[in-house]
Amino acid sequence: MRATVNGDARELPDGLSVADLLRHLGVRAERVAVERNGTVVKRARHPQEKIANGDVLEIVTFVGGG
Amino acid sequence: MFSADAFTLGGRTFHSRLVVGTGKYRDFPTMQKAILASGAEMVTVAIRRLDLQAQGEASLLHWIPKELTLLPNTAGCYSADEAVRTLRLARELQIGGERPLVKLEVLADQKTLLPDGEETLRAARQLIAEGFTVLPYCSDDPVLCRKLEDAGCAAVMPLGAPIGSGLGLRNPYSLQMILDQAKVPVIVDAGVGTASDCASCMEMGVAGLLVNTAISGAQDPVAMATAMKLATEAGRLAFRAGRIPRKLYGSASSPVTGIVGK
Repeated sequence: MRATVNGDARELPDGLSVADLLRHLGVRAERVAVERNGTVVKRARHPQEKIANGDVLEIVTFVGGG
Repeated sequence: MFSADAFTLGGRTFHSRLVVGTGKYRDFPTMQKAILASGAEMVTVAIRRLDLQAQGEASLLHWIPKELTLLPNTAGCYSADEAVRTLRLARELQIGGERPLVKLEVLADQKTLLPDGEETLRAARQLIAEGFTVLPYCSDDPVLCRKLEDAGCAAVMPLGAPIGSGLGLRNPYSLQMILDQAKVPVIVDAGVGTASDCASCMEMGVAGLLVNTAISGAQDPVAMATAMKLATEAGRLAFRAGRIPRKLYGSASSPVTGIVGK
């Protein structure tokens, strides 16, 4: 399936959960927040929340700012 | 004792009245030293897409002392919707905490970086309804500050001058009106250039200051952070001490009688 992750179109294995996606990308879940199609996915829901073809995902973290 | 002089924001107590940003440092070790030198108990952070190509890079949070309060901002947002969306993500990033403190910043355009009051007020109402403790960056407009306070903001944060300009407090008379009416803490955010700006704002009675560029952009950020810590404390003390009234003409400080030969 195809999904957009942080603005880039990616080919991903079918049936991935958000938790699977973070593992697939090598991202530690405790460092990030995830939004799927404009809605925050709570960390506790990462294992259940399945990604669908065409989804738009944002994975964000804290950076320096004023 | 004068040093026991705390203030509260959304039920949280702070002793340091200098809040510092974490942006634009040349490296994380310098940022960490500057934060420690400033004595800040709260630091601002921004929310951005994780760079998926740069995995394994040192995390910002690794360099921020754990006991400090993080104040996520909405820098880069130009509408209420973008700001609300960003802070919903920030809440998910935060480690626990009821009614998280957030710095709401909705800008109008990229040239002036001035805040958009209408969008800021709209976002503030939405965020407060969702349980955030909102500290809004805003223009030095007493009417807007009153509306933000009425909407339930935990503080108002009028600018001293445009972000990163270092021009200092451009309109002390507007700030005085804001201070006279406000029942929530007033924090001057943006515009501070050097230590004397910190002192002069604090002398007017503001609750605190938020400074980033003036520290991170100084030739020696750690020295500037120290200077601003001292100036903020000095200004606060001077405010509490109660200054003398300004007078146009001189007033002798030594006795005017018993002068030799007269």
